[in-house]
Order: sequence, then C-alpha cells, then structure tokens
Amino acid sequence: MNVFLDHQSATPLLPEVFEAMKPFFLEAFGNPSSLHQHGLRVRDALTKARRQMAQLINAESEEEIFFTSDGTESANLAVKGVAYANERKGKHLVVSATEHPSVINSVEFLEKQGWQCSRVPVDAFGRIKPSDVEAAITPQTTLVAVHHVNHDIGAIQPIAQIGRLTGEKGIPLYVDCESSAGWLPIDVQAMGANLVSFSPHRFYGPKGVGVLYRNRRARIVSILHGGVQEGGRRAGTENVPAIVGGGLAAEIAGAQMSQRAAHAARLQERLWDGLKSRIPYIKLNGPEPGPDRIPTNLNISTEFIEGEGQLLSLDIAGIAVASGSSCVSKSLKISHVLAAIGLDHALAQGNLILTLGKDNTEAEIDYVVDSFARIVTKLRAMSPMWDEFEKGIIDSVIAPTGRGKSFSAHAADVSGKRAH
Amino acid sequence: MSDAYTLYNKTVMDHFMNPRNMGDIKDADGVGEVGAAACGDIMKISLKIKEGRIEDARFKTFGCGSAIASSSMATELIKGRTIEEAFKFSNQEVVDALGGLPPVKIHCSVLAEEALKAALEDYVKKNPEAPLPATAS
Repeated sequence: MNVFLDHQSATPLLPEVFEAMKPFFLEAFGNPSSLHQHGLRVRDALTKARRQMAQLINAESEEEIFFTSDGTESANLAVKGVAYANERKGKHLVVSATEHPSVINSVEFLEKQGWQCSRVPVDAFGRIKPSDVEAAITPQTTLVAVHHVNHDIGAIQPIAQIGRLTGEKGIPLYVDCESSAGWLPIDVQAMGANLVSFSPHRFYGPKGVGVLYRNRRARIVSILHGGVQEGGRRAGTENVPAIVGGGLAAEIAGAQMSQRAAHAARLQERLWDGLKSRIPYIKLNGPEPGPDRIPTNLNISTEFIEGEGQLLSLDIAGIAVASGSSCVSKSLKISHVLAAIGLDHALAQGNLILTLGKDNTEAEIDYVVDSFARIVTKLRAMSPMWDEFEKGIIDSVIAPTGRGKSFSAHAADVSGKRAH
Repeated sequence: MSDAYTLYNKTVMDHFMNPRNMGDIKDADGVGEVGAAACGDIMKISLKIKEGRIEDARFKTFGCGSAIASSSMATELIKGRTIEEAFKFSNQEVVDALGGLPPVKIHCSVLAEEALKAALEDYVKKNPEAPLPATAS
C-alpha cells in the first residue's frame, strides 16, 4: 500500500486544475505585460485568479493580491519589503521563535544590516501569547510577523488578538498562512492582517506560484528589481499557468474546505488514537487535536529511536512522512520549532511529522499504525537506549520511572559533550 | 515495498534494513559506547576477543540509517582481525565498503570507528596482562 502523509510538502494537482492550466502552456502563451491580444488574454486570466485568491482570504479587493514564485519569496518580500520601506521610521522587528525558516532567515539577514529583532517565545505547545508580542513592541517596531498555523507542530495562533493590538499601534502585521490556507478559514480583515502569504501547492494547486496579500496600510518596497509587474511590487514575468491553476485550486479549496477539514480531523484522531494505543513511550508535540491544532498535522516523538531511521523504514513500507530530527537536516540541527517548545533533545531526535490530505483513507491510516508499530519494535531492538532503559540505566522522558539517568546526561557521558 | 528511489545507495540500504551483527554479546570482552556530539547519535559495540583476535563483534545503534549501516559494516569488517590491526581501523574502510556515504553522513562512520576503539580500550583496561599493541597506550 502506498500512503502519502507529507501533504505539508506537496499535494497532487486536482485533475480539473491541470485541465484549466493546459491552454496557458500552448495557445494562451502570451506575456501578461504585452499590449496585444495574446497579452490581454492572459492578463484577464490573472485578474480572475487574483479574484479567486482574494475570495479565499476575504480580501477587500483583488488589487491587494500579488503573485510571487513561492512561499519563500512571499515571506522575503513581506519581511524585507516592509523593513526597507519603513527604514526611516525604525529598525525593529518582532517575530515569533517558531516562524518558518523563510521568515527567520530573512530577519537574520536584516539583523546583519543593522536591524534589531525580538523573537517572542512560545509555550510548551507552541502557542504565542499576544501579551508577549505586545511587550516586545517598541516605538521603533515597523513589522510584527507571526504564523497562523505552525508548519511543524500544527499549533493555531491567536491571530485576531495579535491583530487587534498591532492595529491599535498602527504596526503592520504579516501572517504566514502557508500551513493553513485552503484548510482553515482565513479572513484577513477579521485577523487584522496587513500582509498574508500562502501557496496553492498546499491545497492541490501547482508549485511555482506564491501569493502575497498586502493592504494599503502596509508600505512595501520591491526586493526584486526589474519591470513593473505586479504593481511594481514584484518584477519578473508571472508564471501564468501556475497562477491560473492556483486560482482554481483556491476556489475549490474554499468550496470544499469544511468537508476536507472534517475528513482530515477524523483521520487525525484515528491515527493518533491508533499510534498511542499501540506504541508505548510516544508523545504528541503541539496542541491536542481540537480547536488549537490544524486537523491535517500530527507531530510525534517516539522515544529511544531516531527519526530518520523511522522515516526510511516507513518509506520502504510505502509511507511518505517528514521528520524534524537532526539526522534529517542538512545542518545536523533539530527543528528550531521543537527546540523552541523546549522538547528534550532525545525526543526531538525521535521526531516524525505526518500531514494528512483529502484523499487519505481509514484503511491507509490503519496500515500506517500497523506498519509503524512494527518499525518501532524493530528499531528499538537495535537501539542501545531501549536496552539501557529496560535495564534501568536511563529513564524515559515521556513516562519517567524514577530509575536511571536522563538520556541527555547519558549522551553527554558517552560523547564527552552535551547534546545540543 | 517502494524502493525505486533510495536516499542512500543499495549497500547502505541493505545494511540498514538487514543489519549484520545486531545485538549484544553476553560476557563481552570489551564494550564501547560513544555518542556523536554533532547530531546526538549513540553507538555501542561489543567484542569477543580470543587469543588476541576479534572473534565476534556486535552493535546497537541509536541513529539514522547511515549510522546503523556504518555500525553494521564496521562489525563485519573487524571480525577476525587482531587487536593490533583493529586499533588501526579507520572510518574510511567503512565508507569504502559501503560504497560511499553522503558528505553530511561521514561522521556516522567516524562514530563506528570511535565505538570500536572504545570497545578495544575497554578490553585493554580489563586485560592489562594482554599483549598490547604499540598504538594502544
């Protein structure tokens, strides 16, 4: 059986979206900047897609929608574009500690150029406290950037509360909605957001297009220099077929949102119930399934075994998942989100991220639970940590027995250095 | 089974999926357990040594696919070697025998070398009367 549980990274294109895109590769190949028939035809198509995107997030006007190449570019444009446009007002930014790397690394880039940045901590479930955001704001703050839903652990943030206080202070609020768009209702006006980014490939649209919503209350400058596409905010020829496909995917996602979300929520519950009943010493990271967590995401830590081995074994069983373990990252660092929620290093190492989609079935979920239970048993049999736990040399973090030392203390003893 | 594309080469995947010499040795003559500060992996190698030669080697690993494959291959390679030969063991042998590892995973093979050396040192410590190779002290 093949089971795709990595919808956070990609979703398959809807067949009707593919059909809608096709003419824009062959007959309607014009450049929307051209003034002749070929250009005007695709310009119309872009306007329609802008309207579809605006509708998904309840934007006032399609003129507030800008097309970029992907979520990373949208985040770069939102963070750097607002920072540069307001440079004379102040050089202070507020972000949460668990933003996506495209936001965190944009901020780090600005810090090297003299900006100051406050990183608002999150609680053990990954939630941002609006009062912490308020406390971080200074008279020099020109942007507050928070995510709607966390990309790793699925925590839903209290955006409307944050939006009220940034609104009162007149500071632009950028909300990264990459993980929530198409799955949860987004109302930029109710949120009090001035900038919002999302990408159609998360909801059965194509890759290669990102959307940035920006209203007039947020000044922004272009970070790509060239022509005057996208109202001068984003130079470069638009990826017309992807924009057309993305627009239709947004329209369909809006129409089917409640059914898709309800389906994902049922499977999320079935998956987590199955895993926790079959596998001892397993922990859910982030909020419990319910109003504080997106229904598509489960982030789990299985103790005494490492995440990449779990991921590889699942892949061989036909099950595609992701992991925040250091062994999976090219930098050998655990996910900064898991570090920010204060997760023990041993548990961060045993991390998996499972993200559900509209086409997953109950039979698939049962297969995943069975396969994973088998894989955990196999990997624990190979792990010195499991053996040492059973002998009382090290203790469990998830369900401490009071016997033995911590995994981290043990790891430090055998490596001579403290695990990071 | 889906294995049209693999993260590691076939040899590494084989040693990950079907590890050789996995487990512990009862009454081991030398046991070494080391951790990688870089990533947090932990590897344990147990040795049975008879007349100055490694008769059996077993491993247990908390770590990624390439760490498990590296320890599996290391235990395969060192069986039958003398203590003196084993003290000269290099991680490059593991990398070569596995047909290469991604650059970011080379440290997994270093961990296997370190676990083996720690097990040898444990043996030397427990057997001070044993004939020591020049490199061991």
